Amino acid sequence: MKKVMMGNHAVSWGVKLARAEVIAAYPITPQTQIVEELSEMCADGRLEARFVKVESEHSAMAACIGASAAGVRAFTATSSQGLALMHELLHWAGAGRHPIVMADINRALGPGWNIWTDQNDTLSQRDTGWIQLYCENNQEVLDTTIQSFRLAEVVDLPVMIVLDAFYLSHTSEAVDIPEQAAVDAFLPRREARVRLDPDAPCAFNGLEPPAVYMDMRRRQQEAFDQARKVFDAVDLEWGERFGRRWGAAEGYCLTGAETVLVTSGTITSTARHVVNVRRARGEAVGLLKMKMFRPFPTDLLREALAGVKDVAVLDRNFSPGHGGIFAEEIRSALYDLPVGRRPRLHGFVVGLGGRDVTPATIEDCLERTRVAAADGQAPAREDIWVGVTP
Amino acid sequence: MSQVMIRDLIPREELLEPGHLACPGCGAPIAMRLMLKALGPRTIVVLPACCWSIIAGPWPQSSLKVPLYHTAFETGASVASGIRAALDARGDRDTTVMAWAGDGGTFDIGLQALSGAAERNEDFIYCCYDNEAYMNTGVQRSSATPWGAWTTTTPASHPQSRPKKDMLAIMAAHRIPYAATASVAYPDDLLAKAKRAKEARGTRFLHILSPCPPGWKTSDEESIALARMAVQSRVFPLVEVENGERWRFTVDHPGEPVAPYLKKQGRFRHLTDAQIAGVQASVDQRWEALKRRVELGV
Repeated sequence: MKKVMMGNHAVSWGVKLARAEVIAAYPITPQTQIVEELSEMCADGRLEARFVKVESEHSAMAACIGASAAGVRAFTATSSQGLALMHELLHWAGAGRHPIVMADINRALGPGWNIWTDQNDTLSQRDTGWIQLYCENNQEVLDTTIQSFRLAEVVDLPVMIVLDAFYLSHTSEAVDIPEQAAVDAFLPRREARVRLDPDAPCAFNGLEPPAVYMDMRRRQQEAFDQARKVFDAVDLEWGERFGRRWGAAEGYCLTGAETVLVTSGTITSTARHVVNVRRARGEAVGLLKMKMFRPFPTDLLREALAGVKDVAVLDRNFSPGHGGIFAEEIRSALYDLPVGRRPRLHGFVVGLGGRDVTPATIEDCLERTRVAAADGQAPAREDIWVGVTP
Repeated sequence: MSQVMIRDLIPREELLEPGHLACPGCGAPIAMRLMLKALGPRTIVVLPACCWSIIAGPWPQSSLKVPLYHTAFETGASVASGIRAALDARGDRDTTVMAWAGDGGTFDIGLQALSGAAERNEDFIYCCYDNEAYMNTGVQRSSATPWGAWTTTTPASHPQSRPKKDMLAIMAAHRIPYAATASVAYPDDLLAKAKRAKEARGTRFLHILSPCPPGWKTSDEESIALARMAVQSRVFPLVEVENGERWRFTVDHPGEPVAPYLKKQGRFRHLTDAQIAGVQASVDQRWEALKRRVELGV
C-alpha cells in the first residue's frame, strides 16, 4: 500500500509495523508529530504498546532503558535540546547494551533558539555508543526504522535514526507501506538474551573496577565492528523481502569520477541534481551519500574514494575549534591510502541552523574545489564556510 | 509487642545475602532486608546511585537474590516506570517493581522524575532510605539534612541552615494511593507498611529513616536505638497517608525530649543549649501541625 506521509509519520508507521512494546517520549519541535501519531495508534489499538508520557527527555530515555532491560522493544523520539538532555543516559543505553531505537530530528541547538535543521545535536552524541543512521527520504525513513530494531537486537546496541528537520520531518512523499505479516516475518518479537527476570535473577551494571571496565568497553567496540557487518546482512535481507536496499553508504555516478561530493541527509537529493547537471555537461563529478556514521564505514569510503582526485565534503555541522565533523572523520579514514591514491579533501560548512543548501550552494562548493585543485596546492586544512558574511 | 511475636511476624525467607558491603551499624541493609522479606522473590529492584550501589557488591556479584538494575542517580522512578511498562506489555502483573534510592536520589536530583512518575501514578513502590546526607560521597549535605547538622559541606561553624524537606507531604500532595514513613527500629511497623504497599496499585512511597554511623558520627551499635529515639522524640513521626487525604499515626510517639537524641550524635555536637531548645520548639510545632492533619484527616 502506498500512502503520502510526512517524514515524521514515516517513523511512526515504522514503529507501528515493528510492534514496539514500550514508547516513552516528551514533546519537542519538530519531532512531536512522531509521538502524536504513535499516541493515536496506541489509543485506538492499532499498536499494542505502553506509552509512558514522561516529564522530560531524560526520563524518556530512562524509561526506555528500564523497558529494554526488562526484555521488550522500546522506542523514543526527540530532537536538539531533548537529545542533549538525554546525554548521560545515551551512554547508559550504549554501554548497557540496550537495543533501543530512537528517531532524532536534526535540529540546531540553542542559543539562540532555532528549530531548523542542523546536525550538531546528533553529532555531539557521537561517542555515546549509539549506531547512527542518516536518512534522505521518507521511504528510507520507514524502512530504516524497521531495519533498526532488527540490527539493534542482533548486536545489542541502540540505534539512532536521523532525519533533517522540516526538509524531511515535515515534507510529504509517497511511501510504500509493507504488509504487517511480511514485517513480522522479518522482525519477530524480541527475545532478549538477558533480562530482568525474577526466575533468573541477575544484577545489571554493578561496579566495574579497572580490572573489568576496560574489557567491557572492548566488548562494546567488538559489537560495533559486528554491527557494520550485520547492517549489510539486514539490509540485504530487507532488499530480498521488500525490493529496496539503502546501503551504509551509497555511491552515485562514481564511475570515472574525478571529483566526488560527500553528503548526508537531504542535502544528498540536491547534490544528486547537481551531479546530473554536471554529468550531462560531461564533467567527471560523482556523489557519495553517507547513511551510516557509527559504526564509521571506513571500508566503503576507502573503496569508493581511493584514486579520486578531489573529495568535497558538505557538513551541516561543525566542531567548534576544529571543523566539519564528517570532513574530519573522512580525512582520517582516507589517511592510510597510498599517497598516489589519496584524494585531496575539501571541507565545506554549509546550511547551519536550517539555512538553505540550494544547487547554487553546491555549485559554489564545486567551483571552490576546482579552483583549489587547479592551484595544485594541498587543500586548506581549514574548512570553508559557504555563504557566511565576511 | 514481645520480641517473640515480632520474630513470628517476619518472613523467614532471606533475599539479602550475607557478605554485602555496608558499613557496620548501617541502617540501609536492615531496611532492604525487611522490605524484600515483605515483597518476596518476585521483585525487581531499581538502584540509582547511592550507598546501596556499593552495598550490592561489584560486578559480577550481587548481594540480592532478586533482579537488580543499577542506574544513574536521578533515574530511579523513570527506570522503574519503564520496567513496569515492559512487564505490563508482556502481561506480567505478579512482579513488583521497587525503586530503592537514598535521600540525595529522592529529595534532590531524582525529585523531578519521581514527581513525574507519581503524577502519572506509575505502578511501583518507591523506597527512600534516608541517612540525611550524601553519605556515599563522604557526608555532604542534602535537602534531607536536618537543621543544625554538621556535614563536610556544612561545617560546624556554618551548619545546615534550613529545615529538612518534608518529602512525605510532597508525595502525599501527588494524591498517590499510599505513602508512609518507616523506621528500621520498628520492623513490625515497616513490614506492615511494606505489605500494604505491595497490596496497593499505583505509586507507593516509603520513606525510611536509616542511621549512618560515619555520617552521624555515632557508635555502630547505637543505630537502632537512635532510630527509635528519632520516633519517640517526634523528630521522625511514623505515619501513613492514603490518596493524600487520610493521615494516620501508626505507632505511639511519647514525645521524649529531643536533646538526648541530638547529644548522642557527633554531627550535632556543636549545638548550644539554646539551639537545642530551638530544635525542640521546631519539633513541637511540626508535631502539632501533623496532629491537626491526622485529626482533620486531610
